Amino acid sequence: MPFQPIKFYQTGTFTVGNRLLKPEDRSVQSHRDRSNAINSGHRACQGCGEALGARYALDAAMEATNSQLIAANATGCLEVFTTPYPETSWQLPWMHSLFGNAAAVATGIAAALKVKGRNEVRVVAQGGDGGTTDIGFGCLSGMFERNDDVLYICYDNEAYMNTGVQRSSATPPAARTATTLPVGQNPGNVFGQGKFVPAIAMAHEIPYVATATVADLHDLEAKVKRAMEFRGARYIHLFVPCPLGWGTASHDTIRIARLAHETGLFPIFEAEHGLQVSALPIRRQLPVEEYLKPQKRFAHLFGAKPKWDVIARIQERADRNIRKYGLVQQETA
Amino acid sequence: MHKQIEGSRAVAEAIAMCRPEVVCAYPITPQTHIVEALGEMVKGGKLTRCEFINVESEFAAMSVSIGASATGARAYTATASQGLLFMSEAVYNASGLGLPIVMTVANRAIGAPINIWNDYSDAMSQRDSGWMQLFAETNQEALDLHIQAFRLAEELSLPVMVCMDGFILTHAYEQVDMPTQHQVDAYLPPYEPRQVLDPREPVSIGAMVGPEAFMEVRYLAHARHMRALELIPQLAAEFKRGFGRDTGGLAHTYRTEDAETVVVSMGSVLGTIKDTVDEMRDDGRRIGVLGITSFRPFPLDLVRAALHKARRVVVVEKSLAVGIGGILSTDVRMALSGLHPHIYTVVAGLGGRAIARNSLHILFRKAEQDVLEALTFLDLDWNVVDKQLARERSVRRSGPAAENMLRDVGTIASKIA
Ligand SMILES: Cc1ncc(C[n+]2csc(CCOP(=O)(O)OP(=O)(O)O)c2C)c(N)n1
Ligand code: SF4
Ligand SMILES: [Mg+2]
Repeated sequence: MPFQPIKFYQTGTFTVGNRLLKPEDRSVQSHRDRSNAINSGHRACQGCGEALGARYALDAAMEATNSQLIAANATGCLEVFTTPYPETSWQLPWMHSLFGNAAAVATGIAAALKVKGRNEVRVVAQGGDGGTTDIGFGCLSGMFERNDDVLYICYDNEAYMNTGVQRSSATPPAARTATTLPVGQNPGNVFGQGKFVPAIAMAHEIPYVATATVADLHDLEAKVKRAMEFRGARYIHLFVPCPLGWGTASHDTIRIARLAHETGLFPIFEAEHGLQVSALPIRRQLPVEEYLKPQKRFAHLFGAKPKWDVIARIQERADRNIRKYGLVQQETA
Repeated sequence: MHKQIEGSRAVAEAIAMCRPEVVCAYPITPQTHIVEALGEMVKGGKLTRCEFINVESEFAAMSVSIGASATGARAYTATASQGLLFMSEAVYNASGLGLPIVMTVANRAIGAPINIWNDYSDAMSQRDSGWMQLFAETNQEALDLHIQAFRLAEELSLPVMVCMDGFILTHAYEQVDMPTQHQVDAYLPPYEPRQVLDPREPVSIGAMVGPEAFMEVRYLAHARHMRALELIPQLAAEFKRGFGRDTGGLAHTYRTEDAETVVVSMGSVLGTIKDTVDEMRDDGRRIGVLGITSFRPFPLDLVRAALHKARRVVVVEKSLAVGIGGILSTDVRMALSGLHPHIYTVVAGLGGRAIARNSLHILFRKAEQDVLEALTFLDLDWNVVDKQLARERSVRRSGPAAENMLRDVGTIASKIA
């Protein structure tokens, strides 16, 4: 049967009939024998991007490793909503130790597997943005620098959700969180220097770094698969909208994630050994308002008198990403 | 085989004979020589089937050990002082998860003021962490305790801290009887975990436990410590059969037969105390010593049995519970509940202050006459303290206290002894 090349940039439903695809291009989730690494019945909020992303990422990793996978998990929503004892969603060996040590625990697991000669078993560590870019950052950087054989996945919902939506170093400028309320002269989070951990991961020149969003789950699966082709430290930074923390509708999670990409606010790319090797192009750049408006955490920017100066500064950030990561393809005649 | 060897090196060689599979290291004085030696053995191919990982912090060292242990590897690390505090969250986690990690603590004071010399502030800060804590009196015992520690930890699925005095033991060269690999292998079987991360049989480790069972899970840790009270003497007896040495155990009495005064202490200072007691015995004084080897679990019954006939108990401890006084002595008091000897707390040797025989003589004689304060700071320079207190009363901006006090002391280094 002939297959036509499929490009995954349809807008709208994003459903591409699997029958149009070559078997190897089909989504892991569409397989009847997918592992269901995070089984149903967990307690995530409706429309939780983190639950969705983790499910796709881990099932893809399970497929890539023939189910020879162990996971270390930081404290956070993912840990809490998939447990507590005696219930667990995890269909793979899984360990939670602390908030800030997932990368180091994973290093220990990988070291134990190495001495035991179990090279077929692979290790994934995962944490939220707080557990990754803040409290677990030292352990993460150490793991990168030693090039330990661990895939670390950061589920970035841009705040400390599990404790009630406080600001993290991944919270974007102007966003409302419980500790950056929309009050005073400069409502919401400050415009800081930012802390984009994928770029910091690249500075370690580890074998593989990728970003992805839950808007393009096929892209996410492919990146997890690709990550598993390398030995050494690998990092995937996954953008996962949080309806509860962002004040978005549960049914909008995918749309918001797609807008983050299409405005340029969240660049999607891959890097190998410190150098960018690909970017997911934006077909038509959208103005940042389209992304900001549906989110209550940015509501103070709009209303009767929109804060165009603040919105312009956010737009600048998007434009800079587009230039920096080459997100808009130049038209060639 | 007898060998003239540095304490740290002897311990490292004993650890190597225990065939650890993952060794984590982060440097801190006075622990460094132990992990350096292990690193050398792994890199040089003398210690095989072992991953030596240079981590970026003590917090990572314990976390890597946690991951390795949960994956079924025998895991070892070492630290001291600030390092132990820096890893503290993971220290509690390791015991809560029931992972039989062995860690050397080369006991050192905690700052501020920063100080690299020996006392027990570090180990004491973790006394409720759920780790078993064994204190070595000599380098021979430090070496032996490590071998016993792996057995103990793995049988109970609980971590063990082996405490040895920084510098006084870690850096001292003395003769020790090195075991053979054969002896160690006969004593310590390969690690058989109770729980393990393995795709062949997936388990979830470390999930949340609510009020419905948290007390029971925590009680189990206590029950294991109570079980350790039986196991530690058994392991020591078995050790004696295999190695011919009587080391380890819970606690040891020295010349307490008819003693009216019993001195209780831990670690290397027991040597000085025993020398002092020998001299006092020569003078016909009825004084003896109780040395505690297992501080956690604390052998309440044994301590009570050893002290119940004494008219007075003098606890000499290298730690200070600010705001009350003693730590070891509080535990000794609990052991003596309902009995009524005089109990004296003596805080001594903080930050490496030498505990001299002379001072002990004066101290013990005062105790015998029952003219000792309930809480004594051995060889405290009241002059320096009073001057600083006066300064603080007279000026608001009195400045950094430690600097002032050292100015009063005069030249610094020579005053350590
Ligand atoms: C040492 C420590 N500090 C603070 C906490 C409290 N805490 C638990 S989860 C969490 C927030 C997690 O945020 P993030 O890592 O972004 O994950 P999310 O819940 O957003 O997915 C915090 C602050 C903790 N458990 N441990
Ligand atoms: S708070 Fe956010 S991240 Fe947490 S479960 Fe709910 S939607 Fe998911
Ligand atoms: Mg978060």
